[in-house]
Amino acid sequence: MKDKKEWLSEDYAQAKVRYSERRYPFKTLSDIPVDAIYTEDDLAQFDAEQDLGYPGEYPYTRGVQTSMYRGKLWTMRMFAGFGTAEQTNVRFKKLLEAGQTGLSTAFDLPTLMGYDADHPFSQGEVGKCGVAVSSLADMELLFEGINPEEVTTSMTINSPANAIWAMYLVMAEKKGADLKKLGGTIQNDILKEFIAQKEYIFPPEPSVKLVIDTFEWGPKAVPKWNFVSVSGYHIREAGSTAVQELAFTLADGLHYVRRALERGLDIDEFAPRISFFFNLHNDFFEEIAKLRAARRIWARQMREVYGAKNPKSWMLRTHAQTAGVSLTAQQAQVNLARVAIQALAGVLGGTNSLHTDAYDEALALPSEEAATLALRTQQVIAYETGVANTIDPLAGSYFLESLTNQMEKQCMDYFGQIDALGGVEKAIDLGFFAQEIGDASYQQQREIDSKERLVVGVNAFETEAATVPIELVDPKVAEVQKARLAKVRAERNELEARKALKQLEEAAKKGLNTMPAFMDCARAYCTLGEQMDILREVYGVYEEPVYI
Amino acid sequence: MDTRLRILIAKPGLDGHDRGAKVIARALRDAGMEVIYTGLRQTSDMIVNAAIQEDVDAVGLSILSGAHMHYFEEVLAGLKGRNAEDILLFGGGIIPEQDIEKLKALGVGAIFTPGASTQDVITYLKANVHHGKD
Repeated sequence: MKDKKEWLSEDYAQAKVRYSERRYPFKTLSDIPVDAIYTEDDLAQFDAEQDLGYPGEYPYTRGVQTSMYRGKLWTMRMFAGFGTAEQTNVRFKKLLEAGQTGLSTAFDLPTLMGYDADHPFSQGEVGKCGVAVSSLADMELLFEGINPEEVTTSMTINSPANAIWAMYLVMAEKKGADLKKLGGTIQNDILKEFIAQKEYIFPPEPSVKLVIDTFEWGPKAVPKWNFVSVSGYHIREAGSTAVQELAFTLADGLHYVRRALERGLDIDEFAPRISFFFNLHNDFFEEIAKLRAARRIWARQMREVYGAKNPKSWMLRTHAQTAGVSLTAQQAQVNLARVAIQALAGVLGGTNSLHTDAYDEALALPSEEAATLALRTQQVIAYETGVANTIDPLAGSYFLESLTNQMEKQCMDYFGQIDALGGVEKAIDLGFFAQEIGDASYQQQREIDSKERLVVGVNAFETEAATVPIELVDPKVAEVQKARLAKVRAERNELEARKALKQLEEAAKKGLNTMPAFMDCARAYCTLGEQMDILREVYGVYEEPVYI
Repeated sequence: MDTRLRILIAKPGLDGHDRGAKVIARALRDAGMEVIYTGLRQTSDMIVNAAIQEDVDAVGLSILSGAHMHYFEEVLAGLKGRNAEDILLFGGGIIPEQDIEKLKALGVGAIFTPGASTQDVITYLKANVHHGKD
């Protein structure tokens, strides 16, 4: 048989003379060139035992569980949150009734930035892009009628993660739950905030210290909880390529590992509870390759470089979400198709949990109808398409394995660059990530503007769009929230609250683990703003250098 | 005299999603405009002050958090209060159609939603901004 080079230079070259190639760029969204064909010549160095293994086996390229979706389907976990705690509680219960298998909480911006609803910076933002939680009282309402031992809950919270996690745990405690049985995730990934999403409060060093407090406290107190979800999602949303998303996310994860080891923690105690969160964008094969490469790189790093012995420390377990940034306001219904294909990539890539975006998210928060359709999309993939019948069905594909290898290689190149700059925190200081992501997102936009890349409904096939019904958040939410906050402050035991806040200040000043103090603050109904103000005093606040 | 358009791109409030703002800032700069980008977490007062101090022709607000009504109204009032209503206020982000209508009725210029091309923004500004110094 001819080899690939011969075939391309003879047969394919002749075919091109007769039918010239389309003008479409034959490269992935990450700019990796894509050949006309892949053959075994592309996998000359490939070793199935070393590079793939079986599912549930090192290096986990084929998935972290042995039975994967034949045993248990991925968790269908839809992110929800808006308005008041009562409103979101109603949405949570509806999602559970509709067959969702895990909860995922979106907080509003004041909560994400550690401000109470009555702070001047909160004006206009309360309950807008998530639910407002200013104290334990809100957390209690949010999970009213939901048994925390029966449902796993994910919370997208970063800078104030310790405080919000403590509120959740105290809420569960008061319901009589055993913390040892609670499952869930806090995002708690501050590095990607500096790199991409920008919801930081304190400078990088004390911010990472707060994260490592959860690494130390979590495995003993709440052993089934994922106390970090190292997130590439937001890096991609900020405009990065898939390779940058992969590399920066894993570099962040390894940075936490190093910091935890510096504190003297046992890698095999904390590493099994590190989880991940990746984006699912439009380039189908690239996204599948990204998830497979991520598992392989993490396993190799944890075992070969960091010396972890427990196989659970080697496993990269991940949540994935379809790409909000890929959704268009034009012909918004077309987003249903994008989301379905992106979700399929997540499943073929072996994600452990999945959120599918609602088609109206480029216009507003999802309506209930749109959120239900998004969940139904996952159910169609799970129950109708047959793709979950066999594990890692694309393994061995010449193209997919080459792409997986390429992504691993390019990721390792980025690790080298970040190390050369002095590590992740230093690279943040130097604006390395901002520059890399800024360049990538600008290039992508230029390709769309010049029609080198086509986006249906945006720069091709444009038609007058049908309007999409949307729901708006009630402006009275802020008033309800402020009134509840005033009531909490008036009715709590003020002495207890002051004492708990003092304890938090002491812990922060002395460099002690802050989690016990956060638990006491939650029990005493200290507000989120009060707790974060203390840390703002002790740690200072961060302002990023401005780059365009 | 320099006749290049001067544009302030601003991120009001707590929202940290800055991909759109930065892409637009770069595109306008590449189109020959002078662009000032405020960075994150600006109050309406800070934005109005920057607009006046920098003597810009237009201000573009980027908001993806849902707080657009609040900030457009405040910045508009701030510009009026400083007799600077000749500065065109436009914007972009996750902004529902019915709110776009309301904003336009208040005197806000074009609002660009996800999927808008940078060329649309450039064309719009060239057609609608009246250079203050001419």
